[in-house]
Amino acid sequence: MASVALSEAEKVYIVHGVQEDLRVDGRGCDDYRCVEVETDVVSNTSGSARVKMGHTDILVGVKAEMGTPKLEKPNEGYLEFFVDCSANATPEFEGRGGDDLGTEIANTLYRIFNNKSSVDLKSLCVSPREHCWILYVDVLLLECGGNLFDAISIAVKAALFNTRIPRVRVLEDEEGSKDIELSDDPYDCIRLSVENVPCIVTLCKIGYRHVVDATLQEEACSLASLLVSVTSKGVVTCMRKVGKGSLDPESIFEMMETGKRVGKVLHTSLQSILHKEESLGPKRQKVGFLG
Amino acid sequence: MAGLELLSDQGYRVDGRRAGELRKIQARMGVFAQADGSAYIEQGNTKALAVIRGSRARALPDRALVNCQYSSATFSTGERKRRPHGDRKSFEMGLQLRQTFEAAILTQLHPRSQIDIYVQVLQADGGTYAACVNAAMLAVLDAGIPMQDFVCACSAGFVDGTALADLSHVEEAAGGPQLALALLPASGQIALLEMDARLHEDHLEQVLEAAARAARDVHTLLDRVVRQH
Repeated sequence: MASVALSEAEKVYIVHGVQEDLRVDGRGCDDYRCVEVETDVVSNTSGSARVKMGHTDILVGVKAEMGTPKLEKPNEGYLEFFVDCSANATPEFEGRGGDDLGTEIANTLYRIFNNKSSVDLKSLCVSPREHCWILYVDVLLLECGGNLFDAISIAVKAALFNTRIPRVRVLEDEEGSKDIELSDDPYDCIRLSVENVPCIVTLCKIGYRHVVDATLQEEACSLASLLVSVTSKGVVTCMRKVGKGSLDPESIFEMMETGKRVGKVLHTSLQSILHKEESLGPKRQKVGFLG
Repeated sequence: MAGLELLSDQGYRVDGRRAGELRKIQARMGVFAQADGSAYIEQGNTKALAVIRGSRARALPDRALVNCQYSSATFSTGERKRRPHGDRKSFEMGLQLRQTFEAAILTQLHPRSQIDIYVQVLQADGGTYAACVNAAMLAVLDAGIPMQDFVCACSAGFVDGTALADLSHVEEAAGGPQLALALLPASGQIALLEMDARLHEDHLEQVLEAAARAARDVHTLLDRVVRQH
């Protein structure tokens, strides 16, 4: 992961500040940075979203393609994740340098979506055992300013909300061979329900307290972090500890409680932003990277 | 693609432009605060981002080393791409960008250092090389690296006896000749010239002229963007 070189004095400053619930930029331990979310940024995808959280910039594109369902789940479609750590973020990601981090993030995304309730996969099935929709979720990491997992999960949720899958009909003729017909109207599409899509909250342990949404400098001071994936109802779908240091069980419980609380607030604000953007309709001004 | 005319009888192209008309260009410099220089450009539906990082210590004793990487997002094209970079086309584009910028950047002023140019294509709708060069040029200016002159690039093609400027994906896919040109406008020097497919020698001048004119138009637009920044 991109790292920044900090002197001892700076580390001590950050750690002492966190003990007093005061971070370098004035936030409290449970506050997120200002998050900017915009959907429908790339037009030749089925859905896309861009999330900017401080210096972290993520772009997610979702492409829906027809394919055959997996053998063990013939009635469902599925999601495929791919994370590309672009060399824009740090020069270390040039060539194959970003592959390790990319695989790690992709595996985490697979795990948090690996349950029955996150996304309604049955709605992605077109005809059992033969055709289904496969959603390729591609994450592009443009700039790394700390707290990647949270930003990526917010962007994935926004992109899935924005995804429009064309409605298809299966026509059967006399011999039994099936034909797929795409509806003529480009606006006739099915949308996914993202009510239960989880978001990741990363809690970094600094000194005796833990902080939410750490910047690069704060991540350099923390030895261990806990990744909690929370849905809007407060249900935890996945939990993972990362980092070189160790955590004791009580602090894990405390961090999980904070994670659930912060996660619920995050979901409500994200839903309200997405609905507000949606209500502006097709006439809204698309800013993208130009603003 | 039966029935799709690239140039209609009235002189209009598929997207309604005239033969020598460019697509709408919007650009912004200084998109990312953490990089030394960055820029974003939209040429019609083609969107490209460029980031500059310099100057790390390197071996060349008399001039700077320019290193370019071209990467296009997996969702950028109509068909999903498997690998964003590392394939032959990206490698070749990287080399072409490097050649273009070595001609334009005053490398003698930064000996023993390396300038990294990373270009990311977010959406590809034709003219990706041109968009990349224009974005990278704005990023180099944003980083404050001294350049000999602006570098402006544009693509051109040839259909039915007329030269078309700034090709979109539909026009490129039709299989006609395509020319990519990178120009230094003040001196009129050409930094890179590349052409695919067969073109009769008599027509070359016309196509080259169209591309050069389009590149100068791009220069006017980008100049305005830089002055506003």
